[in-house]
Amino acid sequence: MTEPTTESQVITMPGPVSAGAPTAGTALVTARERALAVLGGEPDDATLRRYLHGIAGVDAVGLEQRAAGLATRSIKTTSKRWALDRIISLIDLTTLEGADTPGKVRSLVAKAVNPDPTDATVPRVAAVCVYGDMVPYAIDALGAAHGEPDDGLIAVAAVATAFPSGRSSLEIKLADTAEAVAAGADEIDMVIDRGAFLAGRYGLVFDQIAAVKEACRRPDGTSASLKVILETGELVTYDNVRRASWLSILAGGDFIKTSTGKVQPAATLPVTLLMLEVVRDWHLATGQRIGVKPAGGIRASKDAIRYLVTVAETAGEEWLQPHLFRFGASSLLNDVLLQRQKMTTGHYSGADYVTID
Amino acid sequence: MTRLAVPKTYKLYIGGAFPRSESGRTYEVMSADGRFIANAAKASRKDARDAVVAARGGVAGWANATAYNRGQVLYRIAELLEGRRAQFVAEIEEAEGVSRTVASAQVDDAIDRWVWYAGWADKFAQVAGNANPVAGPYFNISVPEPTGVVAIIAPQDSSLLGFVSALAPALVAGNSVVVVASERFPLSAISLAEVLATSDVPKGVVNVLTGSPADFAPWLASLADVNAIDLVGAGDLDWISLEIEAADTLKRVLRPEPGPDAAAPALGRISAFTETKTVWHTKSLR
Amino acid sequence: MSFLEYAPAPESRAILSLRDGYGLFIDGEFVDGRGTPFQTISPASEEKIAMIANANAADVDDAVAAARRAYDRTWSKMSGRDRGKYLFRIARLVQERARELAVAESLDNGKPIKESRDVDVPLVAAWFFYYAGWADKLDHAGLGADPRSLGVAAQVIPWNFPLLMLAWKFAPALAAGNTVVLKPAETTPLSALIFAEILQQAELPPGVVNIITGAGDTGAALVSHEGVDKVAFTGSTAVGRSIAKQVAGTDKKVTLELGGKAANIVFDDAPIDQAIEGIVNGIFFNQGHVCCAGSRLLVQENIHDEVVERLKLRLSTLRLGDPLDKNTDIGAINSKEQLERIRTLSDVGVAEGAERWSAPCVIPENGFWYAPTIFTGVQTSSRIAREEIFGPVLSVLTFRTPAEAIAKANNTPYGLSAGIWTDKGSRILAVADQLRAGVIWANTFNRFDPSSPFGGYKESGYGREGGRHGLAAYLAPAAIGRAAVTAGRGAAKPRLETSGAAKRDLDTTASRPTRSTKARSAKPAKKGAAK
Repeated sequence: MTEPTTESQVITMPGPVSAGAPTAGTALVTARERALAVLGGEPDDATLRRYLHGIAGVDAVGLEQRAAGLATRSIKTTSKRWALDRIISLIDLTTLEGADTPGKVRSLVAKAVNPDPTDATVPRVAAVCVYGDMVPYAIDALGAAHGEPDDGLIAVAAVATAFPSGRSSLEIKLADTAEAVAAGADEIDMVIDRGAFLAGRYGLVFDQIAAVKEACRRPDGTSASLKVILETGELVTYDNVRRASWLSILAGGDFIKTSTGKVQPAATLPVTLLMLEVVRDWHLATGQRIGVKPAGGIRASKDAIRYLVTVAETAGEEWLQPHLFRFGASSLLNDVLLQRQKMTTGHYSGADYVTID
Repeated sequence: MTRLAVPKTYKLYIGGAFPRSESGRTYEVMSADGRFIANAAKASRKDARDAVVAARGGVAGWANATAYNRGQVLYRIAELLEGRRAQFVAEIEEAEGVSRTVASAQVDDAIDRWVWYAGWADKFAQVAGNANPVAGPYFNISVPEPTGVVAIIAPQDSSLLGFVSALAPALVAGNSVVVVASERFPLSAISLAEVLATSDVPKGVVNVLTGSPADFAPWLASLADVNAIDLVGAGDLDWISLEIEAADTLKRVLRPEPGPDAAAPALGRISAFTETKTVWHTKSLR
Repeated sequence: MSFLEYAPAPESRAILSLRDGYGLFIDGEFVDGRGTPFQTISPASEEKIAMIANANAADVDDAVAAARRAYDRTWSKMSGRDRGKYLFRIARLVQERARELAVAESLDNGKPIKESRDVDVPLVAAWFFYYAGWADKLDHAGLGADPRSLGVAAQVIPWNFPLLMLAWKFAPALAAGNTVVLKPAETTPLSALIFAEILQQAELPPGVVNIITGAGDTGAALVSHEGVDKVAFTGSTAVGRSIAKQVAGTDKKVTLELGGKAANIVFDDAPIDQAIEGIVNGIFFNQGHVCCAGSRLLVQENIHDEVVERLKLRLSTLRLGDPLDKNTDIGAINSKEQLERIRTLSDVGVAEGAERWSAPCVIPENGFWYAPTIFTGVQTSSRIAREEIFGPVLSVLTFRTPAEAIAKANNTPYGLSAGIWTDKGSRILAVADQLRAGVIWANTFNRFDPSSPFGGYKESGYGREGGRHGLAAYLAPAAIGRAAVTAGRGAAKPRLETSGAAKRDLDTTASRPTRSTKARSAKPAKKGAAK
């Protein structure tokens, strides 16, 4: 087994990593240092291949059965109420359309700040997620509400790196990233080069993630949090997803994210479960906590609750915080609000009783 | 000048060797008209145990041989038997007191039975096995496998055909056997053992005991390392007690069959000494 | 609050309309038993559920007689098509009343509702659907044309899967044209009696199915009854052994599905997260009350520590408690006696020097409970590595090479099931070939399907349930003159290719001498279906 969960590997990890405070966005070593420690060599194609292909395989049927089993959890009454609020506070409320306008973004932000105008007890979402050029409008619209989601404020996440296809030169991807960060983005949602990954050019994928991570740095030394989108719908196999997850974490991702939302299938419970297993194992090996973000296709409260259950029973309950788990979603919020209204009033609400955004 | 004949010594067949009974005892085998033919070994319970140990040792090699190979080995027995046809006909004539025609027919039937069962070796699994269309993402298949060590009380009223009819099907799937020959007509069984010893049947796969089944059959029935017992020829023994003994280790039991066509050829005689194994495996493109 | 302390999510019992007492189901009616009635209780709370009639020898006579009448007059004369239609009806009724059956099963047995709801009851319906379709296709069952049913089948089932075992017994027996008398386990009669109501709704002809409740002596009287042609038993090897003795010398055909001590073999290249799930499912499904449970974990030595650590982490998320709560993973132990056995053998494990670890669980005050437990440092000679515990207790052993894994796995008098976990296909097939067990799960565990034969090698019993093999267990080849089979000794050629020979395929019991069961005294089974 080369899976880095055994004790000996924990011991061989350099101090800064294993002792590292699990603060998103502030990795304490460079990607290359971390990779050298874990891989025992330069993060080139061959070394990465040896490492990633040495990780235990995934039996798809068993994985899907486990996910299906978790999905049967019955979350009722007080647990459901807590879950609904928690889901809201973990949402990256997203608009990623070619037709996005400042007006659309302002509307989205208003919804993020005040999801249910009839009920002030509704928490705010974690972040709004927009294209890079929309970041200034989002920040402007958020005003005082802009800040750290763990403190109840709303972050601004920007997709970057030639989202969603990633088919561009590294220079452009880095410029894309740097521009969004300069504009004030707190979080960058990058896409990996799936083509390179599928072609076995793991070193290239690694280098790009590491470079984007560098581009996330701000002049003051802090760094935007980096979410690495695997686009699992294009990686197709679970073995690929698991390898890409490890690769992304090794290269410095603070979050691993399933999908752009532009490719089907987007987030699925088995894929998310698998990625949660990876971050759990990474935590066991290094003490560092990496976030997970399923994105795309999660529209119903019932589904979102299944994700919460999966997080809590796989990585642990401490992952149910904005800096460790997010839902990339838009229509989910209103479904949660409808459910929440139902729990409050005791009767089912209707679409006209929640705002469209 | 008449030549003085050289009589054959009939011994047991255990682990590919021909030992005397460890008890040192023999019994007289008489012809149909009451003449002494030969002394046969009178096996003891220790011989029975030795035979089972030898059979256990033979299981792995025989069971793991390819079905094609087992079929060829069994067919080879038919070939060798055909070559020694005259010897067996003469033995049966003398022992059973039947005409040459009847004795010949018995040998022919025995040879043909080997041929028939030899042909089953690489086919019965296709007939007795299954691909199972389970409701889920699984490959699922059931195949028959040999039960292990089979003890057989051969039909008692037949020299060769009954013995072969009981022995051959138990070998098809890859079992090792300990066969108890007809007490009254044991000599053809030992002669057959000589055929087996020079055939390609691995040592220990077939073991032949002669003597009084009543002496050692209870030991075979209770011996934990025996997986199945065929009582086809045990009708005149206290076979119910044998079945009860066999129940202690949950042996597979075939009950006695009377009559001249006992152990008639049937696929069921092969599958009786097989275990159906079902294997599941997940399948997915992801 | 902790999210993981999920709020109670109890399945409602309102769907049940239980009677205060249940009689024996004989000849289509509920009748009083002549033995002393007994209580069935919920093992999770020890609350009384209902009084259950107790069948004495005379009741057994009545049930067998009813089955015989129904066989002679109705069922054996009915077309396969119509028998199949009855079974289809039953399957549909089971689906319609699935929730009710699941609640009853969890209440009486103590198993988690998620298992009775998602596994037991759906499989019950599936079993009837599968065999319903066989009823008019018996010519293709592998016994040649026009195979015969056997007559009256005596069926004795255990308490671990009460309704599912009933389905495993009824469906093939009825499809093949037999009538049945079934004795459920003493501690879990409830779902079988509700099932009797389903049979009434299906208008199954009276006497085709008879259900008699009672303890071990009732079961012993049933299997040794002279009017019985077939015995099918699922339970402990000890009882199976005594049944094999009881039927010795009779003409009864027997199927025994007995105990096990399955090895679950985990190689170092296994898909590890799924293997952990498989280990958990293998031994903690249904509280380990599973004859094919993966009770011996054989893990490759070089990943032993990692596997054990992962296992402990995973077990710490299991939720033990109210079987009717939809989030319960581990329900109640079925009876006080079984709990005692589990405790005793666990203590033996400690005394033998193995290290015991139990998942941290709050044990409810009432009822019978045992926390999921693993033993490490277990040796092949340990009693807990050899004896069937039939509870949520896993023994962990190690191996170094595939050959050693196979040798250790096979080193048991049992041979019911085994698991293999590895990413290497050729190894899976080769190991599966060498394991002496009737069901091998590769990269999965505890899967069941009506089309898939199930049953053991060695002391795990004989005969198969499920699939074509399970059907054949209730059939004999067409009755034909023996003269037609072979010409006998002396004929120039045996008629090896005659249809007669083909018709004898798969049957080995044709035309043998039999002796009256009265001629000999067999020891009665001491305790009924223990497991």
